[in-house]
Amino acid sequence: MMIQAPASPAPPRRLSFEWLGVAPFIIFALMFLAFPTLYLLAGAFIGRDGQFTFDNIAALFTDQIIAAYWISIRISGASAILGAAIGLAMALAIIRGRLPAPLRAAVMTFSGVASNFAGVPLAFAFIATLGRLGLVTIILKTVFGLDIYRSGFNLLSFWGLTLTYLYFQIPLMVLIIAPAIDGLKKEWSEAAQILGATPWQFWRYIGLPILWPSVLGTLSLLFANAFGAIATAYGLTGSSLNIVPILLYAQIRGDALQNPGLGAALALGMVLITACANIIYLVISARSERWMK
Amino acid sequence: MAFLDVSKLTKSYGSNTVVKGVSFGFDKGEFISLLGPSGCGKTTILRMIAGFETPSSGTVMVDGQDITSLKPNQRQLGMVFQAYALFPNLNVGDNIGFGLKIAGVPAEERRARVVDMLKLIGLPGFETRYPYEMSGGQQQRVALARAIAPRPRMLLLDEPLSALDAKIRVSLREEIRAIQRELGITTVFVTHDQEEALSISDRIVVMNAGNIEQLGAPHDIYNTPKTRFVATFVGQLNNLDVTVADPVARTVSLDGQIITVPNLPAGISANAAMVLTVRPEVLSVGQRPGNDVTLNGTVEDVTFLGSVIRIRVKLGHNVVSLDTFNDQRAAPPQRGEVITVTLAGKDLLVLAN
Repeated sequence: MMIQAPASPAPPRRLSFEWLGVAPFIIFALMFLAFPTLYLLAGAFIGRDGQFTFDNIAALFTDQIIAAYWISIRISGASAILGAAIGLAMALAIIRGRLPAPLRAAVMTFSGVASNFAGVPLAFAFIATLGRLGLVTIILKTVFGLDIYRSGFNLLSFWGLTLTYLYFQIPLMVLIIAPAIDGLKKEWSEAAQILGATPWQFWRYIGLPILWPSVLGTLSLLFANAFGAIATAYGLTGSSLNIVPILLYAQIRGDALQNPGLGAALALGMVLITACANIIYLVISARSERWMK
Repeated sequence: MAFLDVSKLTKSYGSNTVVKGVSFGFDKGEFISLLGPSGCGKTTILRMIAGFETPSSGTVMVDGQDITSLKPNQRQLGMVFQAYALFPNLNVGDNIGFGLKIAGVPAEERRARVVDMLKLIGLPGFETRYPYEMSGGQQQRVALARAIAPRPRMLLLDEPLSALDAKIRVSLREEIRAIQRELGITTVFVTHDQEEALSISDRIVVMNAGNIEQLGAPHDIYNTPKTRFVATFVGQLNNLDVTVADPVARTVSLDGQIITVPNLPAGISANAAMVLTVRPEVLSVGQRPGNDVTLNGTVEDVTFLGSVIRIRVKLGHNVVSLDTFNDQRAAPPQRGEVITVTLAGKDLLVLAN
């Protein structure tokens, strides 16, 4: 007769404790990213009567809204490209240049503060300095005899808003690109030099191509950063410059214009454009990063 | 005039002088090693030759031209770095062709040279590989090809083998030496590995604390070291504490055993304590023709190293280490065994501190 040992019970499967650590992230991502996106997606196809409709999407293709998207894309693109170019030059200068070491620390600290300085306070700061009656405007006029408003500048315009955005775009570029520049090995530039290359040739063939994926990645981040900014634009221009976030805000804040369905459609359009920027980045960086696997 | 002429080269960082007025000259086609412990200034000298460091004073001449104040990209030198410094964004062909491209060599000629170089380093057909797709040894070979493709006047090697594992290190250093001989290119090789320097060089510059300790062919450096530093840094060395027995007869006492030392300096007083040094391979177990000194000792330890057996023998209060070839027909001596150690008295060295 065989004696069978009692089967030992399988240890109960327990969710590992580590999951608790990432729980806040998962909860936030679901509550404030995934669910709202689904809600938008649904909302964009529901009319005022609660029925399924394409009217909201169709309404996006009116002149006013297309113009708003276009100016949003232009402002975001301009502030991202200028911010990336100026920020890259600054970061290269403080990290690779022969400048005093404390300057780097000072620029990095300032960048940390400035990249987070946005919204109504930033708008106010620019109105107080470069507004029609701003401090800098008046000093330029009285001391240097330069009337910037008469020469065509207007803070409440495309370039005014772009300039204001640059205040946080440039520092953000500096902060994000700095580690990538630190990652450029000294031996690469020395190897290029001993092979006869000038500094410019090193950057042209080696340095910038290596940085390129990081620059593209940051560029798409800067674009999204500007594209979604509402408080700075609203604080600066009120509703005089119709960019998409302001138009969207008008649809949902609860006055006579209100059309939540159109608001959802506008937001969906923004999601799509941001997603396009990210996809373009992913495709290009995957191609240029094939040697970095 | 020497092909590479380094004269009174000095480099200071603030009050810290790392290279102290070093001078040497080498002929065209020589393979020279700068050997020394880390911090001895060897890499700084190489970097001054390359142009990455500016000397505080002194000059560097190559082929009669003073290059001291030239920029690195004007010097027409080739260099291989310690870490894999291949350009990660370029494939092997473009890496090797980089110097040629900068020099404006037409694409067709460039491609032909890349093919030649890959053949030379034993990696034909690797043009389209990227550095990340290759092993460390392959990357260093490509780095070598990249350095010599533009036909530089001189090749500088900054510890190019130290990041590789032992087997590849040995095979690659033989390969580097073969390629160097084939091209006849004057080469300066920086290393802290004495075996590497001994095996590969025509001449070696042994450095310590910013100064040259000794300059000579590998066998000179090893067989007749001029200072204690050179003797201990290059190869193994036994120290024997002895007292002078008879200065006229040139005999010393090793814990009561009397030894005649032909190299004993004159004018030394009796009963003075001194240190003699002797290489492990000079000592033999048992008699050997030419050995005129016989010592008795006990075996303290035996280390089997394959073809060589390293035996530590206690001679009075001194312990010496000696190497004998493995004899497959005889067992190595046992610990505690009493043995006779012989040597030639002329191989006992008296070194300046």
